[in-house]
Amino acid sequence: MATLQLRDIRKSFASVEVIKGINLEIGDREFVVFVGPSGCGKSTLLRMIAGLEEITSGDLMIDGKRINRVGPADRGLAMVFQSYALYPHMTVRQNMAFALRLAGVSKAERDRKVDEAARILQLEPYLERRPKDLSGGQRQRVAIGRAIVRQPKVFLFDEPLSNLDAALRGQMRIELLRLHEELKATMIYVTHDQVEAMTMADKIVVLRAGVVEQVGTPLELYHHPANLFVAGFIGSPRMNLMPARVVKSSGTGISVALPSGPEILVPVEGAGTASGDAVTLGIRPEGLRIEPSGAIAGTVALVERLGGLTLLHVTIEGGEPVTVQIEGSDATKARDQIRLAVDPAACHLFDKAGQALPQRARHPLAA
Amino acid sequence: MRETPMQRLLSFILGWGTALLLFFPIAWMVLTSFKSERDATSPNLFFTPSLDSYHEVFARADYLSFALNSVVISVGGTVVALLFAIPAAYAMAFHPTRRTRGTLLWMLSTKMLPPVGVLVPIYLLFRTAGLLDTRSGLVAIYALMNLPIVVWMLFTFYKEVPNEILEAGRMDGAKTAGEVWFLLLPLTLPGVASTGLLSLILCWNEAFWSLNLTSAGAAPLTAFIASFSSPEGLFFAKLSAASTMAVAPILVFGWFSQRQLVQGLTFGAVK
Ligand SMILES: Nc1ncnc2c1ncn2[C@@H]1O[C@H](COP(=O)(O)OP(=O)(O)OP(=O)(O)O)[C@@H](O)[C@H]1O
Ligand SMILES: [Mg+2]
Repeated sequence: MATLQLRDIRKSFASVEVIKGINLEIGDREFVVFVGPSGCGKSTLLRMIAGLEEITSGDLMIDGKRINRVGPADRGLAMVFQSYALYPHMTVRQNMAFALRLAGVSKAERDRKVDEAARILQLEPYLERRPKDLSGGQRQRVAIGRAIVRQPKVFLFDEPLSNLDAALRGQMRIELLRLHEELKATMIYVTHDQVEAMTMADKIVVLRAGVVEQVGTPLELYHHPANLFVAGFIGSPRMNLMPARVVKSSGTGISVALPSGPEILVPVEGAGTASGDAVTLGIRPEGLRIEPSGAIAGTVALVERLGGLTLLHVTIEGGEPVTVQIEGSDATKARDQIRLAVDPAACHLFDKAGQALPQRARHPLAA
Repeated sequence: MRETPMQRLLSFILGWGTALLLFFPIAWMVLTSFKSERDATSPNLFFTPSLDSYHEVFARADYLSFALNSVVISVGGTVVALLFAIPAAYAMAFHPTRRTRGTLLWMLSTKMLPPVGVLVPIYLLFRTAGLLDTRSGLVAIYALMNLPIVVWMLFTFYKEVPNEILEAGRMDGAKTAGEVWFLLLPLTLPGVASTGLLSLILCWNEAFWSLNLTSAGAAPLTAFIASFSSPEGLFFAKLSAASTMAVAPILVFGWFSQRQLVQGLTFGAVK
């Protein structure tokens, strides 16, 4: 059982404020992922939760108790560091048993718990080795094992997979999800990897420059981004964003015109917009498709064939670059003249301040 | 890069030249200690060696009690210095403040003051406190004397330890003492050991304070040597014999710990 509440948490280094008032609720057994560009304060926020960094102001509550002044040793949390931070002078077994040893757990009990964690993480053959004699992936698992044996209330991860190669990363992702399932613990996970965030999170917290931009399930953020920043940050390849003008607002949505002429009806709530307003139109790359009768004309600049997907980089009339994602392998070549049709359901509108206009219909999986 | 034969010859000459230059006075001292008092002042290399000087030195002074004082005071001074320096260097390396750099420099700067400048105040303090000619008095002064160097050295060794390892320890439930004992000290053991060795050697060879603050009871081997350069005139053979006996233990000690010393002093440089 562990819930966390963050109330107006702030952090300043000297006179520079890097975390600017964060409010967040984290439920029991939730898998929460913090994402955001480099330097936005993800690690700092996590370290404040861990107790490694002092909280300048605000309240941090675990299970309803304020723990701002409780030291890291007494918070009952475990952390996995990006650098793994294994104890170089101890064997794998000693590394994993260290917390238990400090807690005065008997040798037999320690061995039992370490053996069990080693079994879950397939570390049994390496228990008597030292960290320097392990591969990156094995060290990674030891770091996780060290966290597991303590049965903490909350697991904290700071980019734990970023030092691994792509294949191992995919494997560890699944492993971590399985662990989350098995251990039934609350987990807070920092990453700047889209795929990790989308695939692992129950809830994603998007941070920018020390401020929460949006909190939601992965599909909520994908289908209903609250603003331009989240729209551009979540989703790969990125959402196409282009300037447009409101033509008219009706009961079914807002019609906007691209600078080059074509009009698109976007199914969003139109209250408060007037014709002529400058807006930003966002279209997911999979919301565009090649169609001879399509509204938008353009020239293919570059084709990326990924096998299962084809990405077309198209320059549309008016000079805007857009990315088009097509299922399967496509025969289109660079310099082809094509026309693109738009799927209105994959379109988003953002007002001048960058805030999204609410969609008329929620995506069924992001309700 | 491979050396040319010329370079090898040069480094050979330089290396051996330096070594011989440094070793010569010690060799000469040992040699003189086996001469008779009449031969002692002549540079003659051919003489009949005798142990007369040693016999006389032993007869005139209680070598073992001086040696025991040296051991107790050096070890005591080093242990006390380490006891203060380990937490001090930990705080400076892992919880620095705006003033940490300045404090370190200030500590080192105290080593630039000539000790004789504070002789009178220290002497008066010792007299008032009843510490004159006591081992504990010398232990205190040696610990204080070496503290800046010991803190400074430990600080540089600690700096090599990634902060995240200690943070991981903190997450695992270690309090400050646990962090230092279970993680920091084992990780910097070669460095801490060589720091201790260096402090031991400095204490052993220290003469200024031991000569001025002791008379008989707590006098270490440096005072033992000095007692042979007495007013009745210099007796070089006996002086050499006494000196040889005084430096022999630390030379032997240094010889056996040289690997440790070198390993510690270059610790981190090859990481
Ligand atoms: N000890 C410190 N002193 C001063 N500024 C700091 C300190 N630690 C972090 N910062 C600043 O706080 C901001 C947030 O840093 P943080 O490490 O939390 O970013 P991050 O989101 O984890 O980035 P990354 O994805 O690169 O790891 C950065 O601008 C950084 O320069
Ligand atoms: Mg970070």
